Amino acid sequence: MTPRPPLLLVLPALLLAGLAALGWALVSGETRADWTSLIGALSGHDDFEATVVRELRLPRAVAAYAGGGMLAVAGALMQVLLRNPLADPYVLGVSGGAAVGALGALSLGLSALAADVCAFTGALVAMLLVFGLARGDGSWTQTRLLLTGVIVAAGCGAVVTLMLSMAHDARVHSMLFWLMGDASAAGRPWPALALLLFAVLACLPLARDLNVLARGALGARALGVAVERLRLAIYLLASLLTATAVTMIGTVGFVGLIVPHLVRLAIGNDQRVLLPASALAGGALLVAADTAARLVLSPLQLPVGVLTALIGVPVFLFLLGRHYR
Amino acid sequence: MSAATPPLLEAEALALQAGDRWLCREFALRLHPGECLVVLGPNGAGKTTLLHTLAGLRHPGAGVVRLLGRAYRERTAREVARLRALLAQDQSDYFSCTVLEATLVGRHPHIDRWAWESRTDRDIALAALARVGIAELAGREVSSLSGGERQRVAIATLLAQQPSLYLLDEPLNHLDLRFQVQVLELFRSLARDGAGVAMVLHDINLATRYADQAVLLDGRGGAIAGRAREILQPGRLEDAFGHPLLRAEVGGHTVFVPR
Repeated sequence: MTPRPPLLLVLPALLLAGLAALGWALVSGETRADWTSLIGALSGHDDFEATVVRELRLPRAVAAYAGGGMLAVAGALMQVLLRNPLADPYVLGVSGGAAVGALGALSLGLSALAADVCAFTGALVAMLLVFGLARGDGSWTQTRLLLTGVIVAAGCGAVVTLMLSMAHDARVHSMLFWLMGDASAAGRPWPALALLLFAVLACLPLARDLNVLARGALGARALGVAVERLRLAIYLLASLLTATAVTMIGTVGFVGLIVPHLVRLAIGNDQRVLLPASALAGGALLVAADTAARLVLSPLQLPVGVLTALIGVPVFLFLLGRHYR
Repeated sequence: MSAATPPLLEAEALALQAGDRWLCREFALRLHPGECLVVLGPNGAGKTTLLHTLAGLRHPGAGVVRLLGRAYRERTAREVARLRALLAQDQSDYFSCTVLEATLVGRHPHIDRWAWESRTDRDIALAALARVGIAELAGREVSSLSGGERQRVAIATLLAQQPSLYLLDEPLNHLDLRFQVQVLELFRSLARDGAGVAMVLHDINLATRYADQAVLLDGRGGAIAGRAREILQPGRLEDAFGHPLLRAEVGGHTVFVPR
């Protein structure tokens, strides 16, 4: 048996890692801020440095934290729902719907706020569409849900390509940035952080049921778990988290897939620890990735999605190799 | 058995349906503590469907199933889970976990929503693993086990659930001869201690040896239930399985051999 660290020490450790990543995000960039001026900025000083930290870097870092946490929790939930450790939050087409909404708004030249509203609406429409189609005759198998999601996602992909090919040249850049995932435009990240906290707290009383469900639906029913209701709840919660994250920071890839995996490798598959740990680790990871994306080619800024994909693909292939060894 | 104690499991005018097809016409059965019931029948006759219906996980096409005198719908799922356990036909693992963690899953209906597994739960799970002879595997990953070892983990999980009624779908899957007999002896001793056991078996000879009661499905809509020695007769078995049989007595055991 591989020795596992005391499970509950993992959570404070990940929280500290997240705070460290946030600190790094706030001090790094063109305008250097040191740790003392950081405290000044956060306590309301009014110089240029403080304004940059407070008005630009803080919302962006918090958005990355909340978005990363939400994607990681959504991924962990989807993996249990589909009983497939390789599922991610986008597998059921939610991000495709959001992309169609957002790019539709951007190609019409609507405001950023309108793009957010359209993205969120698109995500909800895709979610209801997949759910309605997959439910169909009342049965609800994982395969059917997965296939419906994949097909809806593919359809959304085609619509996105169509919109990109028809869009005005001047707008294509912002559309591509949105697609790759970009935290720079996130204006008001605090409600998202509250949603993340709410989602993790809402998961906790269901977490042992999820442990049982992960061992098989029939066995879970025999052990008294209300499987249909539980699946519906985690489907809705995961979709809502994905929709919010995608609306805020775009379709940042691989966080929802890799983070739950890494956490699982480290501490096992007990959802009671896995879900909060995924939230904390996803947040820390995306803040670090977003800060790195700002710095590597500075002053040029990369969309964070490019960086997570560049890191995520080899990590994923490595995990896949281990998994089916 | 006093008249006041309701049977552990009771089915009345039960008929099973798969889609539009009736798997079996109405029959009744009563299982009391200490008894072992075996379900036999050809492939596709509805044995698993019957077992799931008896477990309250499927609505019967007609009739009613009662657990300790009350219909399933009159009890909460959690209450039911403390009274009866189901061994599924296939064990599937998509996520890795240790043998002990897998076994602790059986404690789920006994643990409050906000509580974690206690030392008692752990001891119960370890005792269950010892009872199926794999105590030393407690720390191993389930995914690294052989088919037979996984089947024994599944049985240990069932023991950890500590139900009054055990419903077993092909409990001998993947087990070699020695463990087949050990597992059947284990459930017989649980029955002697007051549990009820209902299981789907494929082996007519083991069924003959361990069953007090039997249900024989013939796959054409026929179902008969009753005392094992009345049901497990060559004529009835030949009719249900569609193959001629020889009956012999060997060392005090009745055996059936395909002709």
